[in-house]
Amino acid sequence: MKLIDGYPEYMLKSIALVEQKRKRNMSHPVKPMSMKEREENLSKYHPDYMDGTRRKLRLGADKGKEFYNGIADLLEARLVLNANDVDLSKIDYDVDILIIGGGGAGTVAALFAYESGIACDKILIVTKLRHGDANSMMAQGGIQAADRPQDSPALHYLDIYGGGHFTNKPELARALALDAPGIIKWHEELGVMYDRQDDGEFQELSGGGTCRNRMHSAKDYTGMELLRNIRDNARNLELPVLEFCPIVELLMDNKGKVAGGVAFNLETFEYYVIRAKATILATGGSGRLHLSNYPTTNHYGATGDGLVMAYHVGANLRDLDTIQIHPTGDAYPEPIVGILSTEKIRGLGAIPVNANGDPFVFPLEPRDVESAAFIKECKEGHGIITPTGMPGVWLDTPMIDIIHGEGTCALKLSGEVRKFKRFDIDMAKHPILVYPTLHYQNGGVEINEKTETKIPGLFAAGEVTGGVHGKNRLMGNSLLDYNVFGRRAGIYAAKYVKKVKIGKLTLSHLDKYKKMIEQAGIDSKKTAPILLPEYRGEKAISRALDIF
Amino acid sequence: MNKSRQIVIEKPKNNTKKSKNGKLKTGEVEVFIMGKSYKVPAGLTIMKALEFAGYRFIRGCGCRAGFCGACSTVYRIEDEQKLGFDLACQKVVEDKMYLVQLPFVPASKAEYDIEKLEPSDITLITMYPEIARCVSCNTCTKSCPQDIEVMKYIQCAIRGDIAKCAEISFDCIQCGLCAMRCPADIKHYHVSQLARRLRGKYIDPKSNNLAKRLKEIEDRKYDNEIDGLIKMEKKEITELYKKRKIEAEEAVAQGGD
Repeated sequence: MKLIDGYPEYMLKSIALVEQKRKRNMSHPVKPMSMKEREENLSKYHPDYMDGTRRKLRLGADKGKEFYNGIADLLEARLVLNANDVDLSKIDYDVDILIIGGGGAGTVAALFAYESGIACDKILIVTKLRHGDANSMMAQGGIQAADRPQDSPALHYLDIYGGGHFTNKPELARALALDAPGIIKWHEELGVMYDRQDDGEFQELSGGGTCRNRMHSAKDYTGMELLRNIRDNARNLELPVLEFCPIVELLMDNKGKVAGGVAFNLETFEYYVIRAKATILATGGSGRLHLSNYPTTNHYGATGDGLVMAYHVGANLRDLDTIQIHPTGDAYPEPIVGILSTEKIRGLGAIPVNANGDPFVFPLEPRDVESAAFIKECKEGHGIITPTGMPGVWLDTPMIDIIHGEGTCALKLSGEVRKFKRFDIDMAKHPILVYPTLHYQNGGVEINEKTETKIPGLFAAGEVTGGVHGKNRLMGNSLLDYNVFGRRAGIYAAKYVKKVKIGKLTLSHLDKYKKMIEQAGIDSKKTAPILLPEYRGEKAISRALDIF
Repeated sequence: MNKSRQIVIEKPKNNTKKSKNGKLKTGEVEVFIMGKSYKVPAGLTIMKALEFAGYRFIRGCGCRAGFCGACSTVYRIEDEQKLGFDLACQKVVEDKMYLVQLPFVPASKAEYDIEKLEPSDITLITMYPEIARCVSCNTCTKSCPQDIEVMKYIQCAIRGDIAKCAEISFDCIQCGLCAMRCPADIKHYHVSQLARRLRGKYIDPKSNNLAKRLKEIEDRKYDNEIDGLIKMEKKEITELYKKRKIEAEEAVAQGGD
């Protein structure tokens, strides 16, 4: 197929319409939806409201609650670990705090556990991939904090709570809003290079569902800039990290406390017994489950393991009847389908328009509402269909340089510009094609404001948790989340280990769980946790032998 | 490209080479994974091509979106002089491409307490003295999958220009290809990490608004207001939420930025 500027001819015809109407579109913005319109759109077009995407869980602490099918599948799956295969009398690592997950929440927790008086060699981070291979590294658009005079933490709270459809745990939303400015201050001290005005004040943009401009960013590499600073600090302290060693199940003691975990070395297939006085779950999300068959923006290891192991010890989960689909996943070209184009693009003024070049939605609705509007537009036949059959709407990126001056795209969205340039698309000159993609696990393991779960000894922070965002998260609140609650997890776990005594280690909860599966009459072919997704070609899998 | 260096005798272009593994179907390309021939659909990224062929990644695969640097790789097209550098999750395969995985980059990092450093002209060269050995060969720049001017920022580091070093290197994903190729054993990506931290911490001006807000929070100025919101009936807070003014909407209405 012949491509001009990266696009086939039929798409360029549609782009010509976008260009024709650009000026008018910029001066005639679409108004935000009323609450009633939001509800109507969501109920008709968002997968959270569709029949067949969720089902009632048949066992465990949340029996009877509705979760997404893919999550329920994991929780009802056979256990991958057999308790009899593990010798608990030999302890490989004996620490005060085990941190499961080497992304943002885990690393921040480790730093604050250290700050709270736990020695480095009494902290252990274990992670499935490398330290920092995480969704935290990929976040682009920004981090919210109400620090401008015309803004306030109370307004931030109101945005969080309304954006979450008033289903958040209020004390968690309050912590998120009130701790935010302190987190930005900590980042300043670490040396994070936030985008600033000449006078030192932050350049702050709007995000979907925020009533004030409070998005702090570092070009479109905000997550990367934060985590590489945080990780650098951890490396300077030589905080121990075990890479390519995911935890497959938590350990408990004979008093019902969580007391560490069993790690699995992905390269040698050995297991390690890790005893810990406190365990912090920071395993992140589950985009790689491709719930509701969406492509995902998530990293390779985002398979929801934390939910599974927490559920096996009896912790409760919440809000997993919702997923966050991000409105602007890439729909074209094919090699980047599902990868994120940051919300900052709309924050800088780009407007979504349909195949005819007409705008159809306020650009900065909360993510679920914005996504539903995109799906509606495509279902009604106003989208563009790519050569591989993927629908999408235009995001009119050339508006950014028109509004803010030539070169703004290149400067503020250098990552995005680089991504499209590989395919000969100049996003400062031509719009990009987008469609919703699976982005974030809104819910998860329920915590309180001290990041405690229901089970003593088990703390949790970051995307694996539930309650902070309720049933929908706003842009810029996940980077904030992992910092606020990672910090709290480190501090409160450090406090906890000073008084706790661990009894005899056991994996008896696995046998109990197996019995529960049996009693519920479930006979699943699946196993959990799955650790890594299966992307091998069908032909290769169909001829694979398990003999080596 | 420097044409005078191309002394390879050109083969006739129209004579498409036969695949080493039977005939190619339309829409297929032949790639050589660690030297072994596989046929894969055209249009796949290097990462997806390896998976299609039956590889299941443990290493060399992280974010799959161009941010983590886990999948940086080298490749060479059959009979071509130049070695290519890219991210396996971003680069699309071409016919007769030789593919490898680079699972790990050994590169020692200086250890420091950022609180105890000063952003002086000699900080970078003191922490990383090997930067003085740079021979300006520019191999680092040529091997950067992000197209960063790596040599230029190392020159800034040698001169002690921390701010510029930080600015040029900002998009670095720390994949390590620069350090793997450097004949002077410089660990470029660690050098620039330090430069960026020094700039962010010591050189960039700070926000007064933030300092004021922190004081207010410390004085518990917002506690009552938020507690009030928490205690509100759902109907009441929904009304409040609906009626709140959206700054972005007003800016558009005024035609401002």
